[in-house]
Amino acid sequence: MSSLLTQEVPISWYLLLSAVLFSLGVAGFLIKRNLITVFMSIELMLNAVNLSFVTFAYQWHAVKGQIFVFFVMMVAAAEAAVGLAIIIAVFRARATLAVDRIDLMKL
Amino acid sequence: MNAPLQLWLIPLLPFAGFLVNGILGRRLPKWLVTTVALLAPLAAFGAVLNAAATIYIHIVPRCAPCGPPNWGYISLPYIETCPLPWIDIGTLHINFSFVLDQLSLVMLLVVTGVGFLIHVYSVGYMHDDEGYARYFSYLNLFLFFMTVLVLAGNALLMFVGWEGVGLASYLLIGFWFQKTSAADAGKKAFIVNRIGDFGFLIGMFLLLANFGTLTFTEIATKLGQDPGWQGGVVTVIALCLLLGAAGKSAQLPLHVWLPDAMEGPTPVSALIHAATMVTAGVYMIARTHVLFDHSPFALGVVAIVGAATALFAATIGLVQNDIKRVLAYSTISQLGYMFLGCGVAAYSAAIFHLVTHAFFKALLFLAAGSVIHSIGGEQDLRKMGGLWRKLPVTFAVTTVGVLAIAGFPPFAGFFSKDAILYAAYLQGPNGKALWFVGLVTALLTSFYMFRLWYLAFLGKPRGEAVPHHSTPWSMLGPLTILALLSICGGWIGIERSAGLINMERFSGLLAPALGARAAEGGSAQLELMLSAAAVGVALLGWLLAHLFYRQKPALPAQLAVTLPGSYKLLANKYYVDEFYGAAVVKPLLAISTYILGWVVDKALLGGAAWLLGGIATFAGALLQRWQSGNIRSYAAWLAAGAAAVLLFIVVPWPAVLASLPAIHLGLAGR
Repeated sequence: MSSLLTQEVPISWYLLLSAVLFSLGVAGFLIKRNLITVFMSIELMLNAVNLSFVTFAYQWHAVKGQIFVFFVMMVAAAEAAVGLAIIIAVFRARATLAVDRIDLMKL
Repeated sequence: MNAPLQLWLIPLLPFAGFLVNGILGRRLPKWLVTTVALLAPLAAFGAVLNAAATIYIHIVPRCAPCGPPNWGYISLPYIETCPLPWIDIGTLHINFSFVLDQLSLVMLLVVTGVGFLIHVYSVGYMHDDEGYARYFSYLNLFLFFMTVLVLAGNALLMFVGWEGVGLASYLLIGFWFQKTSAADAGKKAFIVNRIGDFGFLIGMFLLLANFGTLTFTEIATKLGQDPGWQGGVVTVIALCLLLGAAGKSAQLPLHVWLPDAMEGPTPVSALIHAATMVTAGVYMIARTHVLFDHSPFALGVVAIVGAATALFAATIGLVQNDIKRVLAYSTISQLGYMFLGCGVAAYSAAIFHLVTHAFFKALLFLAAGSVIHSIGGEQDLRKMGGLWRKLPVTFAVTTVGVLAIAGFPPFAGFFSKDAILYAAYLQGPNGKALWFVGLVTALLTSFYMFRLWYLAFLGKPRGEAVPHHSTPWSMLGPLTILALLSICGGWIGIERSAGLINMERFSGLLAPALGARAAEGGSAQLELMLSAAAVGVALLGWLLAHLFYRQKPALPAQLAVTLPGSYKLLANKYYVDEFYGAAVVKPLLAISTYILGWVVDKALLGGAAWLLGGIATFAGALLQRWQSGNIRSYAAWLAAGAAAVLLFIVVPWPAVLASLPAIHLGLAGR
């Protein structure tokens, strides 16, 4: 048991987790109809990417990856603000959040 | 050393007039338009006179101690070349070069001199026309191109002038373009001339291919160096050039445009379609005479074309009732005379006739214009008559013109016509036939000109055509000067040597440019006999006309009834227009409408466009479905694309492909 605790987690596990999270995000983005769930799926994909950034940064002892994660988090926060505002606006206008019915751009 | 003559001024002065009146004419006051329009040709004429005077002073020995005739101050041909090259490709060098020799000097004097007189006349004739400034700008443009044509030192520059005068002719025939017939006549002239230009172009290409140059003097030198140039390709070139000349000079079978060209204002008919432009073909043959000299066959063709045209047009002229059309056919006939002269290698006689014809035919046309002008636009001879009392000056000058064209001594036409007939007679047995055709033509010419004279001026007034306004002096002045020239113009050919009068002076004048050919078997006695014969037939024509149109006015109608076939044939101008309509125009229209219009344009081109458009529409309709507007479908495509890219990057394709079992196609066996 102790060996399991003291042993380092292999890099590939982190990457695997990142891939799983990303795939979940993609799947959620494609499958879910609710706009807020879609939005959360996007966040999930971003964070999956963040995880792989940190993983590689740890492995190569390069601080650039870590810095990049901060940038991504910052952009994600801004995006959340704008995105949620759009969602509220859409909801007020259309009284629905189903993505399939928000198709004004279609000819 | 050559003194500068500033030849470039001669074409450019009228061109400046064209620019001023063409661009600003509408806004300028009328007197200014007139001034500019008259100054331009006058200045050009002045420049030509200056050149002539300079040459005369420095070349002609006035006294024995002055030394040899040509003491080298100005030597002809005098060449002026623009320092900038025009075309400079490989071995081909073509420059803007103007050449002044005896031939171009004579032609320039006629073009600018008669041109100026007709400009003056036009001031009176066109005074209340709306397009006054436009008319004069075209007229100046014509003079520009004509002088370029005459001065050109190489065939290409001549071609520029050649096309330019065609353009001016087109613009002026269709001057009253609101009239459909005028616009159509302009197009007809332009298109028929294109056929001739095709010949000229082919001739130029052949000249380039065989001589490597288009400069007239170099061609002459090369031809002179090698006696092997005889017949063959030279004949082909000469015949091509003849086609061009026939188009411009309205010779058979391309004569059809000239009678229709009478739709233009009458001064235009006088300047362009009688005195100068239509003689460009004769000038061109004279200019390239070395080629024709090396091809007896081509010369023979020129002579036959000329003689045939002369006779053919004269017979049509017998029955025309439009005063301008009579003159138009007479012009074609006289041009045939000039070609006949060229064809018997009597180039100087042809040029001589060109000059005198320019005088008397311009005179006749302007007189006809004066008649038409004063009786309010009527052109039908049958409705005129008895005009001599109302238009005495016009009557007098027309009489001079008629006597000149009929060939009575001492009027101008006698000398030049006589020179051509004499040269034809001396041209061997075939020449006798040509001479006879010329003589018959002279008879017909005299007849139809006196017919015109009797119908228009003598007898009782028929119809309501009465003069209702007088002729201004701007019209009578040029008429008078041209009448004087029509009387005296022929005298430049007279030479008095050793007490005998002979008529070789003019050809002697042109000899350096055209080459002197001693006629064999000629004698003063023979010449006198031939002259007597020519005057005799002219007199006969007069008597016949007198009989037909003065003594027994019913006779022409009776004759038309007794000979309905020939009368109809002549009245319909041998049905040449109808023949061309059926043989050329109709098939061409049919091909254009059905094959080009329907098959090529509608089926092939339209079909291809329709097919391409259809493919695009169909593909668009398919791809449109992609743009569903459904965000999740976009996302799915995005994910699928990302997966595809990933697959492409991650999978080691070369190794995978190599590991596949080899597929044996039929090609693999090689």
